[in-house]
Amino acid sequence: MATVKMNGANALLESLERQGVKHVFGILGGAILPVYDALCTHPKIRHILARHEQGAAHAADGYARASGQPGVCFATSGPGATNLVTGIANAYMDSSPIIALTGQVPSIAKNSSYMIGRDAFQEADIIGITTPITKYNCQLSSVAEIPNTINTAFYIATTGRPGPVLIDFPKNIQTDTANVEFTSHIDIRGYNPTINPHPLQIRKAAECLAEAERPIILAGGGVITANAADELLTVAELLLAPVATTFMGKGAFPEIHPLSVGTIGMHGNPLANRLLLEADVMLAVGTRFSDRATGNLDTFCPEARKIHIDIDAAEIGKNIDVDIPIVADAKKALSALYERLIKQAKRKPDNPWMKRLEEARAQLNPPNENKEFKPKSLLQILRKLLPESAIVTTEVGQNQMWSALYFKALKPRTFISSGGLGTMGFGFPAAIGAKTACPDRVVVDIAGDGSFIMTEQELACSVIEEIPVTVIVLNNGVLGMVAQWQRMFYKRRYMAVKLGTYPDFVKLAESYGAQGFRVTSIPEFEKAVQTAIKSKVTTVIDVPISMEEDVVPMIPPGCGLNQQVGDY
Amino acid sequence: MENQNNKKTTVIAALVENKPGVLHSVSNMFRRRGFNIESITVGQTEQKGVARMTITVSGDEKTLEQITKQMNKLIDVIKVNQLEPDSIVTRELALVKISVPDVKSRSDIINCVEVFRGRVVDVSPESLMVEITGTPDKVDAFLNLMRTYGIIELARTGLTALSRGIKSIRIDE
Ligand SMILES: Cc1cc2nc3c(=O)[nH]c(=O)nc-3n(C[C@H](O)[C@H](O)[C@H](O)COP(=O)(O)OP(=O)(O)OC[C@H]3O[C@@H](n4cnc5c(N)ncnc54)[C@H](O)[C@@H]3O)c2cc1C
Ligand SMILES: Cc1ncc(C[n+]2csc(CCOP(=O)(O)OP(=O)(O)O)c2C)c(N)n1
Ligand SMILES: [Mg+2]
Repeated sequence: MATVKMNGANALLESLERQGVKHVFGILGGAILPVYDALCTHPKIRHILARHEQGAAHAADGYARASGQPGVCFATSGPGATNLVTGIANAYMDSSPIIALTGQVPSIAKNSSYMIGRDAFQEADIIGITTPITKYNCQLSSVAEIPNTINTAFYIATTGRPGPVLIDFPKNIQTDTANVEFTSHIDIRGYNPTINPHPLQIRKAAECLAEAERPIILAGGGVITANAADELLTVAELLLAPVATTFMGKGAFPEIHPLSVGTIGMHGNPLANRLLLEADVMLAVGTRFSDRATGNLDTFCPEARKIHIDIDAAEIGKNIDVDIPIVADAKKALSALYERLIKQAKRKPDNPWMKRLEEARAQLNPPNENKEFKPKSLLQILRKLLPESAIVTTEVGQNQMWSALYFKALKPRTFISSGGLGTMGFGFPAAIGAKTACPDRVVVDIAGDGSFIMTEQELACSVIEEIPVTVIVLNNGVLGMVAQWQRMFYKRRYMAVKLGTYPDFVKLAESYGAQGFRVTSIPEFEKAVQTAIKSKVTTVIDVPISMEEDVVPMIPPGCGLNQQVGDY
Repeated sequence: MENQNNKKTTVIAALVENKPGVLHSVSNMFRRRGFNIESITVGQTEQKGVARMTITVSGDEKTLEQITKQMNKLIDVIKVNQLEPDSIVTRELALVKISVPDVKSRSDIINCVEVFRGRVVDVSPESLMVEITGTPDKVDAFLNLMRTYGIIELARTGLTALSRGIKSIRIDE
């Protein structure tokens, strides 16, 4: 194959383009200037200037989660790179494929002495720092290796259990020239994810499910990653099994489907938590059984036989013991399971388990007639105002848990939230990333006031780059989730949770050139949302609510799924 | 090698990419997940670009399983095997500098070295340096004997191991 003579910066952009990259979020600086110089003349890659590198990383993450394609972010060395860290850790915890590219001080200076390792200006050991929060990272050491390294990075980030990959790019390699050969060749002998399920395990699982009287499915984020929502639906309908999801699994199954029972866990739907405990067989797909999801492990479905499908063998048996492990891609495993199950006798729709589902639903999820100006009704109304295809992101805290409980996700990749790290400030830049990936869709960030302040500077990015999203600030004037814990578990002794009435979010929005509304009634809320989602400019809707509002139901920390308090 | 709390000591042999940073990512993973390394040795292998890590770890069955799985997840780790305790040869090498108070001690020490099939590798008027190779138990036993004379300095390599027979850990299988 022919080689082309070019410098490292151009070799990088060419490699990214070959990977289909169209957008890059980032902030530049000295150690990455040659790459930005190459961007000047690059026709196909659009650079979106974030206002903080954390925002760039979250935007790349939101881009990836909304589209299923890897998101890319750039930062300079030292502080630029370390500012990415929260965003990378966030992507790692939620298994999101992002590629972070950091400039680095030259590995070899002009006088051919080493610079890396000598505490050069803006040198940070970003490889050392990000080793535990990346799926893979590496530092480039020559121009010739760039295509292969980039291909490898994308391959690792997007296959198996996805995750962030960081590439550190010393400045001298950016400017060096060499004959570069572009191939799609990838060679990593230490990495070979298991995709296809073992037929024997599928047979065992099918037999177990066929014998089940009260089967339940627990779908996690892995179902969304695997694009396996359709397969999940067919298996669920065939088995007539209620489908619960984890928080990260929201959207894997339409939450208005008669078999849907909502999310499980600390702030899960009581219907999901209850039926999970009553089930005799649990089919868990693409979930890592996080503590927030399972509650106290001693009381987590001790009776049920457990089938666990996960692409990451290390997840099997990590937190809970399973009876039938299946290491495979969720899509492949669910289709294989379906092929076997279809041969078995069909379940009758009027079986006792289905009756129990309806009875429990009537008892635990009674229809809500109430139209108070409170998060629950507002989020239920929001669902009606948004098209099915709309993408919702959330911040972290009460706003997030209210969204989990009351905003019904209907499709995969339409509910995007920081689950594993719980990063305040994720939702807004993630919304910008999602809108960049899906410009024709409505994108809304359901925010808390505290979280929004953490990355609010990206209003400038969204306005100037013309990436309009809507931010709904459930403004309780407090770090609400922590205030709730102080209220419930620390005798109402409030410490450091009050945010006061600043900033004025309407003026804040306006000062960035965005649109701001404040709403104090349901009709105003409806009107503001309708205006915002049609608007060509980013809109912030300030929704003042009581600081005393709790997220309930809740399982107190350390308790089991059977100890939920408060009504849905 | 089973003891109380169902803790077992196991030897893990891993083939890894022979490049910078790999030892860091492995040891970092152990630290982060709270796994305990008793000893670790690294060296090149007969296969090009491949290094072998021999790691002695202890933990219950579940922990050992997690260790293997988490190691396997590291991209630069090519292959991980838990060696069967009953069918491996383990060795450790120690260099130990022993103080020699008098002539009688000197000959006693040299006798011990012979019994343990060690070698005296350096001699000075007040000290002897001994090279001793064997299972960690044997090395421990020898060192315990030497404590009565006084150990001036000690360097142990940590355990390394291969399984018996024709079988081998290779990356191409
Ligand atoms: C304030 C707060 C409260 C929370 N409360 C709750 C709660 O009440 N309930 C709750 O559930 N969560 C809650 N969370 C979220 C929680 O912390 C975890 O993020 C979440 O439970 C993890 O979801 P998951 O198990 O689906 O795993 P994910 O983190 O989504 O992991 C995906 C799993 O799928 C696997 N996988 C990936 N790709 C594939 C594939 N192609 N095929 C098969 N498997 C694949 C991965 O190996 C992994 O095991 C809360 C978070 C916050 C911040
Ligand atoms: C970066 C970060 N810092 C601190 C926390 C701890 N924390 C969790 S929820 C929360 C309060 C969030 O406040 P707000 O965004 O106003 O949301 P609310 O709970 O009021 O809806 C805090 C401080 C966190 N999750 N992330
Ligand atoms: Mg708040």
